[in-house]
Amino acid sequence: MADLNKPAWRNDAFAKVTGRTRYTDDLKFPNLLHAVPVYSEHVHATLRGVDTRAAAASEGVVRVITARDVPGTNRFGQIVQDFRVFADDRIRHNGDVVALVVAQTRDQALRAAEMVRVDAIPLPSVLDPEEAMKPGAMLVHEEFGTNIINTHRIRRGDIEEGFRVSEVIVEHEFATPWVEHAYMEPEVAVCQVRSDGVMEVYGSMQHPFSTRRFVSAVLGVPLADVEVIGTPMGGGFGGKDDTAAIVCARAALAARLTGRPVKLMYRRDWSIRESYKRHPYRVKYKMGLTRAGRIKAVHCTIIADGGAYCSVTPWVTWRSTVQCCGPYEVPHVHCDTFGVYTNNPVTGAMRGFGSPQVNFVVESMIDIAAQRLNMSAIELRRINMVRQGSVTITGQKLDNHTVAMEQVLDAVLRETDFENKVRTCPRGAGHEEEQYGIGLAMSYRGVSLGAEGVDFCAAMINVQADGSILIETGIHENGQGAESAMMLIAARELGVAVERIRYRRSSTSVIPDSGTTVASRGTIMGGGAVTLAAQDLKQKIAEAVAPAMDCLPGELEFRDEQIVHPPSGRSTSFDKAIQEMFSQKRFPHAFGVFKAPTVTWDEHDGQGKAYFTWVYGCQAIELMVNRKTGKVRLLNAVAAHDVGSAVNRAMLEGQFYGGMAMGIGYALHEDLEVVDGRIQNANLNAYRIPRAMDMPEMKAIIIENPDPESPSAAKSIGEPTNELMAPAIANAIFNASGKRHFHLPIRCVPEG
Amino acid sequence: MSEGKTMTITVNGTVRELTPDVLQKRLVEYLREDLDLTGTKNACDIGACGACTLLIDDLPLKICTKRVHEVAGKRITTIEGLARNDGTLHPLQQAFVDHGAIQCGFCTPGMVLTAHAFLLKHPTPTRSEIRRAIYGNLCRCTGYQQIVDAIAAAAPYYATHSQP
Repeated sequence: MADLNKPAWRNDAFAKVTGRTRYTDDLKFPNLLHAVPVYSEHVHATLRGVDTRAAAASEGVVRVITARDVPGTNRFGQIVQDFRVFADDRIRHNGDVVALVVAQTRDQALRAAEMVRVDAIPLPSVLDPEEAMKPGAMLVHEEFGTNIINTHRIRRGDIEEGFRVSEVIVEHEFATPWVEHAYMEPEVAVCQVRSDGVMEVYGSMQHPFSTRRFVSAVLGVPLADVEVIGTPMGGGFGGKDDTAAIVCARAALAARLTGRPVKLMYRRDWSIRESYKRHPYRVKYKMGLTRAGRIKAVHCTIIADGGAYCSVTPWVTWRSTVQCCGPYEVPHVHCDTFGVYTNNPVTGAMRGFGSPQVNFVVESMIDIAAQRLNMSAIELRRINMVRQGSVTITGQKLDNHTVAMEQVLDAVLRETDFENKVRTCPRGAGHEEEQYGIGLAMSYRGVSLGAEGVDFCAAMINVQADGSILIETGIHENGQGAESAMMLIAARELGVAVERIRYRRSSTSVIPDSGTTVASRGTIMGGGAVTLAAQDLKQKIAEAVAPAMDCLPGELEFRDEQIVHPPSGRSTSFDKAIQEMFSQKRFPHAFGVFKAPTVTWDEHDGQGKAYFTWVYGCQAIELMVNRKTGKVRLLNAVAAHDVGSAVNRAMLEGQFYGGMAMGIGYALHEDLEVVDGRIQNANLNAYRIPRAMDMPEMKAIIIENPDPESPSAAKSIGEPTNELMAPAIANAIFNASGKRHFHLPIRCVPEG
Repeated sequence: MSEGKTMTITVNGTVRELTPDVLQKRLVEYLREDLDLTGTKNACDIGACGACTLLIDDLPLKICTKRVHEVAGKRITTIEGLARNDGTLHPLQQAFVDHGAIQCGFCTPGMVLTAHAFLLKHPTPTRSEIRRAIYGNLCRCTGYQQIVDAIAAAAPYYATHSQP
């Protein structure tokens, strides 16, 4: 457990606060070339050719690269290989790149990029996902014969019986917008061919291993011939996976073709134009309940706009499907979910990953239903929420960990005095210019990848002869403090001061492929691997020192920099034990692998053990709605999340606050405007993320129920914090104004 | 430009001469490329995000659209110039560290400099005044809560020191 009184600690804070941290764009390379991407004006078009002659002849230009120059594969994708490194046969959305201009200076490359001519014949665009699903619709990818990327379904119980026994039926449609990740550091890569022929890749990415896969495939070389070197990055939030990898692959290709180091640094407007977004959802939702408040049936249809390429749409929509009834027991469920190709911007992973959309729907529906039943929305939640031993809508019994739903709800109710305050809300009555509202939402969330893929992670601990310790894991530092968490977990397990430990930034040529640092899996998976490596190391050290201490290895304890034999009181220092190991020709080196417990699922009915453990969260907000201006003023926000075990308190709180801020942006501010397939607000002046004055004061309540499935006892926090503010705000606005909002972002209309 | 007289700029206490070709450069490029002061970030190119904020004669300015000649003769402080000469952190920087106000760190240099300039003039601010002061500096990681905590915690130092 974290010491609550210590100041915040992270290994990279000094470098970051002094400006010394070298992000990718800050690295210096001799003889560096600069690359810039070239887009077309089109949204959907047949690409006949790209004329690069004028650009190639422009001052300073070294090379202009198109699809024809790709030696390996031009196609990539984590699930479906439909993404092109460079557009070849078609332009499928306005962010498709047709060429890369490489020049001595960035300005020269920018000038030459204007001279690239695209020969393309416009095609009709398909921009509405519901239209795109219909037979005969214009196809985004003709070879697939349909625009439907994927379907998921839940079939549980008997849906007709469920509505037959329901006494109240509530039915509504909801819509959510595209959301831009808006990481502060745009995409960037620098690549160079090393003297041994290995392509060295530095870049801003969440997934060095998939980047390596894409780079090797594009170059047509083995994985061992590409080394992706972890580099400090300025935020990701799920957004630095596919696009980041493609940016690295283009820079690597340019380095290969020119024989010189190449930097590909994205401008903000390119980043927003080309990178994938959070999926817009349309959800039709019908809920049946008894008068006593028992939810009997849910029928829902979820349509996600996948944009021009598949990316991880099937996985995002899978989470939405599994969590489509929120943290409630529902006996009869019928859910159909569709991911759909359109010529809109590409959509993919973003913090929350399919849950912010459905939570907005479900937690709004609960408050709507409670109002219909003339019942407290808290009472309705208590009647239906999951508890110890409950069975989820996919048939998973929640009995292998502490089901903390009620615990987090109670914590928020207590902290906010919610039930007294909600009674004072006017719901549109009265004449005050500003009306007060309080609202709440809660969720459970499956931890880590679930059905998304093989889920395991590696860590190495290598103690040096002087007792200093190097650790390395397959988890990437995205800015969240992953390295610090790994170091604290190692120190805790080894019983040594964290100051002994240095985190070695990962390289794909050293640590095994441990998957992507997404799905809030950094602490649970990386921390699990570190814990297991530390336990193995302790065993090795104990075996080395036990004979001299006249005891069995299993009797030794590691604490306060000592190895102690409690029965006899004998002890030796960690440093001496390490010296002893070297003298015995034993390396104090350990490798740990945490394999996530097995999950199961059935494509036909969605039934199975969807996630190996779950986290529970609840958030509330107080606000004022101005009837004259429609302006919403946020007062206070409170969140309680069960994190398993707290590792680094200040960083944990930072995840709460950052996630809540992004949730507030989703609720009230952020709306990527896409007109006819073209993004209208492609910079941070027009795309509005929350600013300091937009934010309320926030309180983080950390609930700890150590998780038996997690070696470090810790679970997840990054995404749970991001999935509740939108419905909490929608509910608070209703309690203030009496008006229900079904679309995000919420726009309160001034009263005339 | 005045003839026969060399233009200069003072960066973190060091006076630097500006040749004619340098005068036309983007300031952010001059600092990052010529002086290798890469703490100044460039994240939007239009002065919208604040990652490029510097102090010009102790006033915060977003400089990503500025050319060097626009600040000739001025005194510039970058994030690299804020820590003490002995390498220890400025109390404001230490407060950012201690309050967990740093995540990805990309906004941190601009945020710290904006806060420093604000506290120089307003050493006893309310939390809402702090929020107003950093309004133009975007952060996507922290939700600003711990940044406001850090600035509030550092304020007493400014109130009690003549040359903070």
